[in-house]
Amino acid sequence: MSDIENRRFVPRDRNWHPAPHTPGYKTSVARSPRQALVSLLKPTVSELSGPDFRHLRMGPNDNDLLLNFREDPQHSGLPIGERIIMHGRVIDQFGKPVPHTLVEMWQANAGGRYRHKKDQYLAPLDPGFGGVGRCLTDEQGWYRFRTIKPGPYPWPNDINSWRPAHIHVSVMGPSISTRLITQMYFEGDPLIPLCPIVQTLRDPEAVATMVGRLDMAHSRTMDCLTYRFDLVVRGELQTWFENQG
Amino acid sequence: MQQPNAQPMADGVLRETASQTAGPYVHIGLALDIAGLPPREQEVWNRLAGDQAEGERIEIVGRVIDGNGDIVRDALLEVWQANADGQYQPRFDSDAPFNSFGRTAATVENDGEWQFFTVKPGAVALANGRQMAPHINLMVFARGINIQLSTRLYFEDETEANAGCPIFNAIESPTRRQTLLARRESDDGESGARYRFDIRLQGEGETAFFDF
Repeated sequence: MSDIENRRFVPRDRNWHPAPHTPGYKTSVARSPRQALVSLLKPTVSELSGPDFRHLRMGPNDNDLLLNFREDPQHSGLPIGERIIMHGRVIDQFGKPVPHTLVEMWQANAGGRYRHKKDQYLAPLDPGFGGVGRCLTDEQGWYRFRTIKPGPYPWPNDINSWRPAHIHVSVMGPSISTRLITQMYFEGDPLIPLCPIVQTLRDPEAVATMVGRLDMAHSRTMDCLTYRFDLVVRGELQTWFENQG
Repeated sequence: MQQPNAQPMADGVLRETASQTAGPYVHIGLALDIAGLPPREQEVWNRLAGDQAEGERIEIVGRVIDGNGDIVRDALLEVWQANADGQYQPRFDSDAPFNSFGRTAATVENDGEWQFFTVKPGAVALANGRQMAPHINLMVFARGINIQLSTRLYFEDETEANAGCPIFNAIESPTRRQTLLARRESDDGESGARYRFDIRLQGEGETAFFDF
């Protein structure tokens, strides 16, 4: 337990992440605290530890969205849309791979419609597409999903707000202190700078950390394009001196 | 070392990937049953303790409430807690009697209430010999929440332990400490005692959230 207590992560830069209160994204207005966060100057085992999912049993197609959902199991149609591979590494702020960590993702179909009870968008559901994936990173921090490129869709914020094509990505990292949920956007999408949710970020370089890049080298001839999306989680600091003397 | 997906940083330390809201459809990815999707081989969900778990079995219910006093019906929570002996069990194993990690979500059908089933955590010892009162770490995700909000649930019936807990008392305002107390509502919930813990995102009685 004392080993865990000596663990330290690079402090989270809350000016880099979006602020909780971002009036351009209207739903954040009533859902953001007004009081200051309580800073734990000395986090404890409760913050410095976290779940290890190496023993979570997964299905063979959990990371293959082309194959992991059929509305009617008798029909074997592939989902409609651009076939893509999304892959990358989970590394920490010092470039160190984060192995065996859980990466989860979810997305709309090629028409911009989510398979969710609450999504009422005009675009149809795709009988061959669910929209959820998960996998563990390997020894070197690599993860990989096969899916279709999601479509953009309109949403009620401004009169005519559209979400750029995006895939939601969730990563745990080595402790609950490194927990991160983000969205991957697609390089070159003209909707990115127009989106009120993207605009919650103040720094264009912060937006750039969320853009998946076309990776022609790993694209498959006559099959699919590949996008590379690396995830950076908080870096674990080396503790040279355990007590402060 | 080059910043992935972006420009290199001057000091050689990479920037974290920026956070974005989990959005209204978070259930597709992290709470499949709530979205209406079929379960996979194993899911991470709201029963942290099975029948064989040691300790006092309890049920925690609550709502997330916004700055207008309205219920947040699309909130997703993650739970991280010690077992009845005050030990964390990082290895997630659905076959184990107890897991330290779980998830739950508010649902429209349940009028925005979420719940999870667990055992009351024990006090957690710190290396300096002090003890933290029994507590459960909670992280709140939802549409409109740009980066998760982290809090701790303490138990109102642990007055003495709470008074001695260094983290509970790290909250400067004694009034705000009260926002972390779950209240024992019933002795016969679905599994043991039921505690209620409402999370207020903003305004009067705003829950204390932590940065760590």
